[in-house]
Amino acid sequence: MNGRRRARSRKAVAAALQFLVVVATTYLGLLAVTFFIGRVIPIDPVLAVLGDRAPAHVVERTREAMGLNLPLYQQFVIYCRQALSGDFGISVLTTNPVMTDIRRVFPATMELATVGTLIGALIGVPLGVLAAVKRGSIADQIVRVIGLVGYSVPIFWLALLALLVFYARLKWVAYPGRIDIVYEYTFSPITGFYLVDALWQRQWDVLRDVFRHIILPASLLGYFSLAYISRMTRSFMLNELQQEYIVAARAKGLSEARIIWAHALRNAAVPLVTVIALSYAGLLEGSVLTETVFSWPGLGLYITNSLQNADMNAVLGGTIIIGSVFIGINLLSDLLYRTLDPRTRAR
Amino acid sequence: MSLATETRPMTRREWLLSDRPQSRLQARLGRAYMTWRRFSANRLAVLGLLILLGLVFVAAFADLLAPHSPVIGNLASARLLPPGSEGYLLGADDQGRDILSRLIHGSRLTLAVVVLVAIIAAPVGLIVGAVAGYAGGWIDAILMRITDIFLAFPKLVLALAFVAALGPGIENAVIAIAITSWPPYARIARAETLTVRNSDYIAAVRLMGASPARIVFRHVIPMCMSSLIVRVTLDMAGIILTAAGLGFLGLGAQPPLPEWGAMIASGRRFILDQWWVATMPGIAILIVSLGFNLLGDGLRDAFDPRESGQ
Repeated sequence: MNGRRRARSRKAVAAALQFLVVVATTYLGLLAVTFFIGRVIPIDPVLAVLGDRAPAHVVERTREAMGLNLPLYQQFVIYCRQALSGDFGISVLTTNPVMTDIRRVFPATMELATVGTLIGALIGVPLGVLAAVKRGSIADQIVRVIGLVGYSVPIFWLALLALLVFYARLKWVAYPGRIDIVYEYTFSPITGFYLVDALWQRQWDVLRDVFRHIILPASLLGYFSLAYISRMTRSFMLNELQQEYIVAARAKGLSEARIIWAHALRNAAVPLVTVIALSYAGLLEGSVLTETVFSWPGLGLYITNSLQNADMNAVLGGTIIIGSVFIGINLLSDLLYRTLDPRTRAR
Repeated sequence: MSLATETRPMTRREWLLSDRPQSRLQARLGRAYMTWRRFSANRLAVLGLLILLGLVFVAAFADLLAPHSPVIGNLASARLLPPGSEGYLLGADDQGRDILSRLIHGSRLTLAVVVLVAIIAAPVGLIVGAVAGYAGGWIDAILMRITDIFLAFPKLVLALAFVAALGPGIENAVIAIAITSWPPYARIARAETLTVRNSDYIAAVRLMGASPARIVFRHVIPMCMSSLIVRVTLDMAGIILTAAGLGFLGLGAQPPLPEWGAMIASGRRFILDQWWVATMPGIAILIVSLGFNLLGDGLRDAFDPRESGQ
């Protein structure tokens, strides 16, 4: 007994160590790639700071001060140390430290992606279940087409059309942006998630306004995760519905609704959690184009604005942050899968 | 069994479906025929194939098909003409250029991006995956770690950062997209390699003294091709969307090139009053990437009926 328990704990430690190695190498790889991008860039970082009229000795001194004379591996070590402590340099565009800027814009992106994923999951899962249960029917075909179009449509184009229809023609939603200019100076957010803040402070008119701003971009992002989630739900459910326990449940005389929602979906839920987590990560990425169209003051708009002004510190800082969240969510969904599914637990 | 049926000459169909092929050619044609039968039974997949054949046709004969020049407009009389105007079926943009002609010429750019990314990324992924899977050990560990690192990246953001570093332009967009799209191919090639590496025919080839390189290139990689082709086809839609996204942000093809994403960006200013300038290129993108998705789905079902969930 004792020996077996020791073997089990050793296995757990080995798994934890392996997990740490994966996290560390992936993150190191992320930094290596951004470092490489920062170095192959044709824009000289010194000239970006000083402009091209600076005298030669100033250029030389600045180059030294920025550590660009050191061997490449030393530069990389310094780069990693700075990045790990959250120092991505100064944004040329806003003259703030990049990290300060990102901290300011990040909640906006998170809020958008969260609402988008909620919409996608709340509609996508039932659609997927419906398609699986009524396999081959007209409903299944419709869900399939909705998903295929979601995979095929350029998001920024759909966003433009949605603005044209729902804002300009129908006037159902508010204009691009996050909050009306009237509330911009009277409303003081705490968490940066405006919906939560407005609810917390019981400012119902602000809440209504924030909702009118977020609903269109979040629905668009939600459509994209819906396409993915409904497709995966369908295939997981088809897989579950073929299992023997479903036959047993039917033989026991359970109602069809109970079999589908309480038995099959419950087992399909384990891989679904992974899918929803991954689609959340995908929305963080999809927000780059959506935010540009909706002038949503988040990380995506920050990155594209910086790109257009050749502000490489900001671009690379934003890339590292999105990459880190991506890696984090990937690993988290992996962990979740392992804890939720008893079959994958280490014996 | 009567004598008559035995001596009756085989029909072409029977020859193809024979379970005792007399030659390698017959076996291959037979397999291809069965795959085609499965594929063509799926009407949506055939529709996808037709869309893509149409794209290739339009791109090949763009000069003949386009009624106007894609880059030189008629500012005097055609500026922002609505769709359906005489000679301007889909309307004209702010430079007085015929949108239909620009879409027709833009199909060449779309096709070029897709083909270039595929011929850069697919072989890289294939070789990395096949080598990793066949060699095993530390080579496998290192190659797959690198693959995982690239897989962990958000594709569009990484492509953005690359284009930001290399400078805007359609060539750099192709390079950036290729860099971000090879890892899934490596994963697939490795998985396929692992299933065949211990099979008898590989052991037989090895016994005959074939070198590892010969085994990988002649005997392992061909086995990976069908799953790879399916995956590449399914990825094409994503590649088109990424390229269009880069174009929309002004980082892909530069004006006056009639790239569809960039056309949407330039129509954005007129979206409220002249909606067609931004709408038409989006429809073109949607149709083409839908075509790739339909074709990819159909190919997957035809090559591997197990995975289709049908």
